[in-house]
Amino acid sequence: MNFQPGKDTLKRNFKTVGTRTPRPDGLDKITGRAQFGADMTAPGMLWGLILRSPHAHARIRKIDTSKAEAVNGVHAVVTAADFGPCPDGVLDVRENIMAREKALYDGHAVAAVAATSRAAAKQALKLIKVDYEVLPHVTDVDEAMKPSAPVINNKLFTKGLDKTPRKPSNVAERFEFGHGDVEAGLKQADLVIERTFKTEATHQGYIEPHACLASMGSDGKGDIWCCTQGHFMVRQVCSALLGMDASALRVTASEIGGGFGGKTTVFIEPVALALSLKSNRPVKVVMSRSEVLRASGPTSSTSIDIKIGMNKDGTITAGDATLRYQGGAFPGSAVPYGAMAAFACYDLKAVRAVGYDVIANRPKQAAYRAPGAPMAAYAVESVVDELCKELDLDPLDVRLKNASSDGSKASYGPNFDVIGLRATLEAARAHPHYKAKLGRNQGRGVACGFWFNFGGETSVSLNVSADGTIGLSVGTPDIGGSRASIGNMAAEELGVPHDKVRCIIADTASLGYNDVTDGSRVTFASGLAAINAARDAIGKMCERAAGIWGIPVEAVTWEDGAARPSSPNAGKHEPLTLADIAAQAGATGGPISGHCEINAEGAGVSFATHLVDTEVDPETGYVKVLRYTVFQDAGKAVHPSYVEGQFQGGAVQGIGWALNEEYIYGKDGTLQNAGFLDYRIPVASDLPMIDAVIVEVPNPGHPYGVRGVGETSIVPPLAAISNSVSDAAGVRMTQLPMSPPRVLKALGRI
Amino acid sequence: MQYHAPATVKDAVKLLAGSKGSTQILAGGTDLLVRMRSGFSEPDTIIDIKRISPMCKIARDGKGFAIGAAVSSAEMSENAALAKAWPGVVESAALIGSTQVQGRATIAGNLCNASPAADSVPAMVAAGAKAVIRGPKGKRKVAVEKICKGPGQTILKKGELIEAIVLPAKPARTGDAYLRFIPRTEMDIAVAGAGICVTLDAKGVCTAARVSLGAIAPTVLLVSRAAKALIGTRIDDEALDALAAACSAAARPIDDKRGTKEFRIHVAGVLARRAAIIARDRALGKS
Ligand SMILES: Cc1cc2nc3c(=O)[nH]c(=O)nc-3n(C[C@H](O)[C@H](O)[C@H](O)COP(=O)(O)OP(=O)(O)OC[C@H]3O[C@@H](n4cnc5c(N)ncnc54)[C@H](O)[C@@H]3O)c2cc1C
Repeated sequence: MNFQPGKDTLKRNFKTVGTRTPRPDGLDKITGRAQFGADMTAPGMLWGLILRSPHAHARIRKIDTSKAEAVNGVHAVVTAADFGPCPDGVLDVRENIMAREKALYDGHAVAAVAATSRAAAKQALKLIKVDYEVLPHVTDVDEAMKPSAPVINNKLFTKGLDKTPRKPSNVAERFEFGHGDVEAGLKQADLVIERTFKTEATHQGYIEPHACLASMGSDGKGDIWCCTQGHFMVRQVCSALLGMDASALRVTASEIGGGFGGKTTVFIEPVALALSLKSNRPVKVVMSRSEVLRASGPTSSTSIDIKIGMNKDGTITAGDATLRYQGGAFPGSAVPYGAMAAFACYDLKAVRAVGYDVIANRPKQAAYRAPGAPMAAYAVESVVDELCKELDLDPLDVRLKNASSDGSKASYGPNFDVIGLRATLEAARAHPHYKAKLGRNQGRGVACGFWFNFGGETSVSLNVSADGTIGLSVGTPDIGGSRASIGNMAAEELGVPHDKVRCIIADTASLGYNDVTDGSRVTFASGLAAINAARDAIGKMCERAAGIWGIPVEAVTWEDGAARPSSPNAGKHEPLTLADIAAQAGATGGPISGHCEINAEGAGVSFATHLVDTEVDPETGYVKVLRYTVFQDAGKAVHPSYVEGQFQGGAVQGIGWALNEEYIYGKDGTLQNAGFLDYRIPVASDLPMIDAVIVEVPNPGHPYGVRGVGETSIVPPLAAISNSVSDAAGVRMTQLPMSPPRVLKALGRI
Repeated sequence: MQYHAPATVKDAVKLLAGSKGSTQILAGGTDLLVRMRSGFSEPDTIIDIKRISPMCKIARDGKGFAIGAAVSSAEMSENAALAKAWPGVVESAALIGSTQVQGRATIAGNLCNASPAADSVPAMVAAGAKAVIRGPKGKRKVAVEKICKGPGQTILKKGELIEAIVLPAKPARTGDAYLRFIPRTEMDIAVAGAGICVTLDAKGVCTAARVSLGAIAPTVLLVSRAAKALIGTRIDDEALDALAAACSAAARPIDDKRGTKEFRIHVAGVLARRAAIIARDRALGKS
C-alpha cells in the first residue's frame, strides 16, 4: 500500500489538498490557550538558572559552589562534574551545555542552580565563585585561520587535507566539491570577475526563547517537556548525556514559538534534567533573550572568495569558490552545505567549491533555514550580477541560459531529477514587477537560490475513532503549519472532511523514532507517512467491509470516504462509509489504526528566484525595501497560505540578514548586542508586503508532488537585496549587513 | 523593596528625601522596569508619581504649557493646542518606542533617564523648555540642557524630582522640528538626532534659532554655532550647508554597536539640515 515512486501515478484531482483550510492552531494561539515551553509547571517545581562565562576564552581553574549551595531555597547546583562519561557522538554537546576545562565563548554555561524561587536562584548564581584564567581569543573567521591565531582546541588537526598537519589549528576540516577543468574554463571566458565577500553571524530570532521542564524520578525514569524541533533528538541526547536508557526518558514537545533550525539541538534540557536528578524535584529552565543570543546557535560568519568567467553571450564558462565559515567553538559549521549549494543553480562544465570549517570563540552555530546556503548564494549571485552588468546582459536571461534543469549534473555531484528553477525564472520574467519603473536612488536585484530538502526517519500513527473521526499522531514538531498540511493530506487520502482529522505531535513513547523537523522535511516526509498510514487504515477498513459483506477483500475498493464493491460481480452492497465501519469496529475485530514507519527518500530539491526593489538614501545610507516578489517551486502547495507564509518568512529573515542583523563582538570578545534593541531584526513597518508566487513542478518522489518549501526561501534574499542596493547606490556591495554606516562608506560619503 | 504611590508632590518629596538606600521615581517605567527586569537596577524604594493628579495634566496659560511629569507621550499627542504650538516636541515624544510604550513613557522620564540618545530631549532643548524641579528646599526652574551631566547622571539632588516640563509661549513665525536617524522605522534608539527651532521676521529672515543634537556626545548638546549659521539668513541652501557643517563639527560621538563615529558626525549634519527645512516651513506657516 505504501507509495512507490515511479509506480504510483501522482494524484492530481484534489478536494482538500490545495485549499486554504482554517489554521488548526489559530484559536489556541490567539486566545493564549496554546502551551509553549515556558507554560509548563509541575507541583514542587524548582527554578533553574544558568551561570555563564563573561569571558570569550578562559581556563576554568576552579569553581566554588559552596556559598551558593548554602542559600536558602537552593536544592541543587551542577557543574560539568555532574555530567559523566558519554558516547563520543555527544561529547561536543556535553562540552557546549556546560564548560569543562575552558569557557570557549562569552555566554558559555559554567554552572547551574535550582531553587524554590527565581530570586533565590539568582542570588545563588552571584555566589558561585569561578576562578578564570583569561586566554587570548579570536572571533573573526579570517583571523582564526591565521597561523598566529590563538589555538582554541589543541586536539584539533585539520581533516580533509592530503596530509594531516602536525600542528593543531582552528581549521577543523577542508571540503571540496565540483567537476571539470576550472582553470581552463576561466581562461576561455570573455570576462572573469573575482571578489571577496564577508557576512556576519545572524540569529534565527525565534520569538520563543528556549524553555523546558524536566522531571526525574528516583526510579531513574524521567520526563521532559520542552520547545524543540525534535523531541526524539532531545531524548537521545539527554539520555546519552545522563547515562539513561533512551526509553526511560519520555520527551513531549510543547507548542513552539519558532525554531528555523535553531531548536534542532539541546542547550538547557540536559542541564534541567541534571538539576532534577540532583534535587529530586521537577526543574524549569527558561532562557532570557540575552541568553538566547549569547548561548544558543546563531549562524556562521563567513568570508568567501568567488571567481566566475562569462562569455559575451552570457554563458558561464567556470565557477570557483573558496568558503570560510566559522561555526563557533566546535567543528561542524554548515560550510559543506554552502559549498555544495553555491553553484547549484547553474549547469556548469567546470565548477569547484572549497570549504573550510573554522572554529572561533563564539557560540556553536546551529542550523538556520538552509544552513550555509544563503551566504554562498549571496557571494555567487553577486558576482553573476556584476558580470551581467559589465557585459550589459539581462540578469534573468543569463540565469535562464545557464540554469540547471532536469537531468543536468549538479555542481555537488548527482544529476537533478525533475526541477523547477526555469519555471521560477520564467515566472519572474513574466511578472509585472520585473518591468515596473524605478525612480531616483532606486535599484532592482535578482537572485536565485537552491536547497536540497530532506526526507528522513519518520513514524506516523493514524487512529480511526468510533465516531468516524481521525486522530493523527506525528512525531515532527510543527514549526510552519505542518499539522494543517499533514492532516489535510490524510483527509484527502481517506476521503473525509479536513475538520474530521486532528493532527497532534505525539511524545517519544507513543511513536517510533522521528528525525527532527529540519531540511524542510516535515510536510514531505510526515505527509508521505500520513498518506501511507491512511492507506494502511483504508486496507484494514476494506477488510472489515469485506467481512461484513462476506466477499473477498480484493473485491472491495475505497472511494470518496467509503468502502464499495469493486465491481458488480462482487454483489450488490450499499457503500460502507468510514464512519459506518468505525462504528462497527469493536464487533468486527477491534480498533482500526494505520501506521507507517519509513526512512523517506525522494525529497525533491527546491529552487526560487527573488526580485527586489530598494531605495538608498545617499545622505544617510538608509535602505528601504520598496517591493519584493518571491517565485518558488513548491511541487504541490498542500496549503497555499502556509506556503506563502514560508516564502514571505524566508524573504523577511533575509532582509534582516542583509540589512541590519549582526553579531557584534567587542575587542574583549564579548557580544555587544545581546538583545532585540540592538540585534536589529526587521519590524513590521520596515517591510513591504512580500508578494509570493507559487510555482508547482511536481516532485516525482511524493504521491501529491510535494517539495519542502521552508528553507529555499531564505537562500536568494541576501544576494537579491545586495544586487538591488548595489544597483541603487551605483557601487558593488561586498559585505553584510548593509547597515547605514557601511552603505554610506561604500558611497564615499564618509 | 518598598513601593510608594503618594498623592501630592509634597509627599513625594518627603518620601524621596527620607528614603534610605537607592531610590527611583517611577513615571511610565519604560526605562526603569526594563532595567529592573534585566538586573541592572535593584532599587530599595520606588516612588510612583502617577497618583499625583497635578503631575498628570497639561496646563496652559498665557506663558505657554506646563506638562506634568507623569503625562504620557500619547497624551501629549492628543493635546491639539500643544501639538499645534510645539509640533517638534510632540513628534519627538511620539517617536519613543511603540504605541504601547507611548502610552506610558513621559518626557520627564526620558530626560531623567539621561541617555544621550533620548528623543524628546533635543526637541525640548531646541524649544527652550525648562524643567520645574521640586525638592526639600522648594522649587527651581532649570533649562533642560542643564539637567544631564553625563550618561545616566542628572543634576538632581537627594530629595529632588521634576514636577513638570514647561514650554514657553510660542513667538510669532516660529517653527520647531526634530528628526532622528535609526536603521529601522521604529523600536530603535537614535544613532543621531537633531532638534531645531527657528523664528523668522516678516520677510522670512531668521531672527532667532536654537539647534540641539542628540546621541553625538555624552549629553544632548545645544549648539550655538550652528544656530548662528541660520540667524540673519533666509535658511537657504548656503545657510543649511553651514548649519550641517557646524553640527558635524560640534559632534563628538563614540563608535559603538549603534553606529560609527564618522557616520554619526555626518548624519548629525544631514538631520539638522532636514529638520531646519521643516522648522523653517512651519515658521512660514507652510505646514
Ligand atoms: C521598547 C522600548 C522602546 C523605546 N524606545 C525609545 C525611543 O525610541 N526613544 C527614546 O528616547 N527612548 C525610548 N525608550 C526609552 C523610554 O521609553 C524613554 O526614555 C521614556 O521616555 C522614559 O519615560 P518613563 O516615564 O517611562 O520613565 P521611567 O522608566 O519611569 O523613569 C526613567 C528614569 O527617570 C527617573 N524619573 C522619571 N521621572 C522622573 C521625575 N519626574 N523626576 C526625577 N526622576 C524621574 C526614574 O527614576 C528613572 O531613573 C524605549 C523603551 C522601550 C522599553
